[in-house]
Amino acid sequence: MGLTIIEKIMQAHSDEPAEPAMPGKIIWIGIDVRSARDFGGANVVKNFREHYPSQKVHDSSKTYFTFDCNVPANTIAYANNQHICRGFAKEQGVKLYDVDAGIGSHVMIEEGLLAPGETGVGTDSHLNILGAVGAFGQGMGDQDIAFVFKAGKTWFEVPHTVRIDVDGDLPDTCTPKDLTLKTVGTLGTKTCLGKAQEFFGPAIDKLNLAGRITLASMATEMGSIIALLKPSEDVLRYCSELRGAPVQPTEPDADAAYSGNATIDINGLKPQISLPGTPHGVTDVDTLADIHVDSVFIGSCTNGTYEDLKAVAGIVKGRRIKPGLFGSVVPATRKGYTRLLKEGHIETFIDAGFLVSNPGCGGCASGQIGMTGEGQVQISTSNRNFAGKQGAGDTYLASPETAAASAILGHIGTAEEVL
Amino acid sequence: MTEYSGRIWLIVDEQGKLIDDIDTDMIYHNKYLAITDRAQMGQYTFDNLEGYRDFASKAQKDDIVVVGANFGSGSSRQQAVDCFRTLGVTSIFALSYGAIYKRNAINSGFPILEIEEIDMEALATGSVATDGSAATGGVATDGSAATGDEVTVITEESVVKKGEKVVIKFKQMSKVQKDIHNAGNIFEYAKGL
Repeated sequence: MGLTIIEKIMQAHSDEPAEPAMPGKIIWIGIDVRSARDFGGANVVKNFREHYPSQKVHDSSKTYFTFDCNVPANTIAYANNQHICRGFAKEQGVKLYDVDAGIGSHVMIEEGLLAPGETGVGTDSHLNILGAVGAFGQGMGDQDIAFVFKAGKTWFEVPHTVRIDVDGDLPDTCTPKDLTLKTVGTLGTKTCLGKAQEFFGPAIDKLNLAGRITLASMATEMGSIIALLKPSEDVLRYCSELRGAPVQPTEPDADAAYSGNATIDINGLKPQISLPGTPHGVTDVDTLADIHVDSVFIGSCTNGTYEDLKAVAGIVKGRRIKPGLFGSVVPATRKGYTRLLKEGHIETFIDAGFLVSNPGCGGCASGQIGMTGEGQVQISTSNRNFAGKQGAGDTYLASPETAAASAILGHIGTAEEVL
Repeated sequence: MTEYSGRIWLIVDEQGKLIDDIDTDMIYHNKYLAITDRAQMGQYTFDNLEGYRDFASKAQKDDIVVVGANFGSGSSRQQAVDCFRTLGVTSIFALSYGAIYKRNAINSGFPILEIEEIDMEALATGSVATDGSAATGGVATDGSAATGDEVTVITEESVVKKGEKVVIKFKQMSKVQKDIHNAGNIFEYAKGL
């Protein structure tokens, strides 16, 4: 019986690598990258100091802090927590990506900290974004992470894997986010709860890294442990260049055993949007065409890459967002921001009337870029729209293209209506 | 703890159905994330969950909480587990859990259990919220009728009883969960390996 990607990665990292990593089995696996953010980071330090007083982390060269939630800190509590992490990082000789670096999971990919087939954990429930490069990433709470800081490994129950076949090619009017929302809407939160996902199909093969990040980022909203994508040639080249050495993909066996199958039909797909309340409440954008929009947030770990924002620039260039509408753009990382700046796209955003913020998580955690007020209707390119999450208003989730078009129109609409 | 008793909270919607997909922002909102002192966490439990915003002020030591599927989906925040501890809640019973939440609870030694069968009818009789916001079976959300049904959890038999009647059958903890729970938390557990 063959193995799925997650089973292979887990077996390769297991304490007992000769034993097959079968679903349901509890195994101890080595963790290549251990990290904490400004959110949860201070709690990790507190737990570490309580349980391992005056001790060193297992391997400081594999341990990181990445600040991205509240950057720079806009509350004293967050400022205190960040400073606790800085102090700990210094005494432990641990590298810290400070408030200017951007979203930790993206920084890890950009810096080549993780390559296909490797394992990483952190205090970020979207760290499974690493599935975009075929690596195993997992978000964890602060006790879990404090333990891994010390032990360098942790236990996992090998998850079952659901095989997801995407049928059809992505229409020109659609983006990876539309494919992602279609998938979240189709599968909901129960089909893949506690399981790994593997995606197959011509549309998946063609996704660039930014599109892979978007898809992988919403595994969490499907209740899935991780969405793993077999790295494309482009992804392998990118990761190899960062490492300065060729990296090898972990591929599923042809006879791998999947615990379930699902098909996502994207033939004739139209731009998708998630209704306020739950990410999986998804419908076609054109069913909501007359809904007035008050604010638009473009960014997040789901849709804050250079490629996402370049596409936005293509739509808003030479146009103005609707008077009275608040639009914000938050690049995911400093590197992405710098590239957009050098190519003139930041100027395009500003000329169009957007507020452009320093890189980070944006609207998702405690409002780096503002919250919504009661009655306010927001379109966000992020991944969660639970009641109260991004403020008191109603949040719809959509692609950067739909968000940008809606900002110009002042109501929910697609890029086709603007261009 | 092989047998323990407490008042039961059924976290239900207006139709009296256990609420699914309660995410960590409903359990413990992101505006409190900077808190690291566990004693401060309890007061914010469920304060972004419609119908249960006053849960923390009504909850008592030894209470038991019952919820629907995919409980604790969303963020990795440990506070969403620890806040129940602060309040003295002894255990949570859910139809299923979000993956990260499950790990956080297991590794901190907090008993979360998976419901196999639940007799909602037997549990829902007696006390209904008087403010109409949510019909809770156990403790009324306005506190006026805080006569939460007293139930007993019998770990060895994997059942929860109200009087002599079995109202919940739950799955046994996995071995690793049991071992970590018995040790206290993952830190203590790992010392014994």
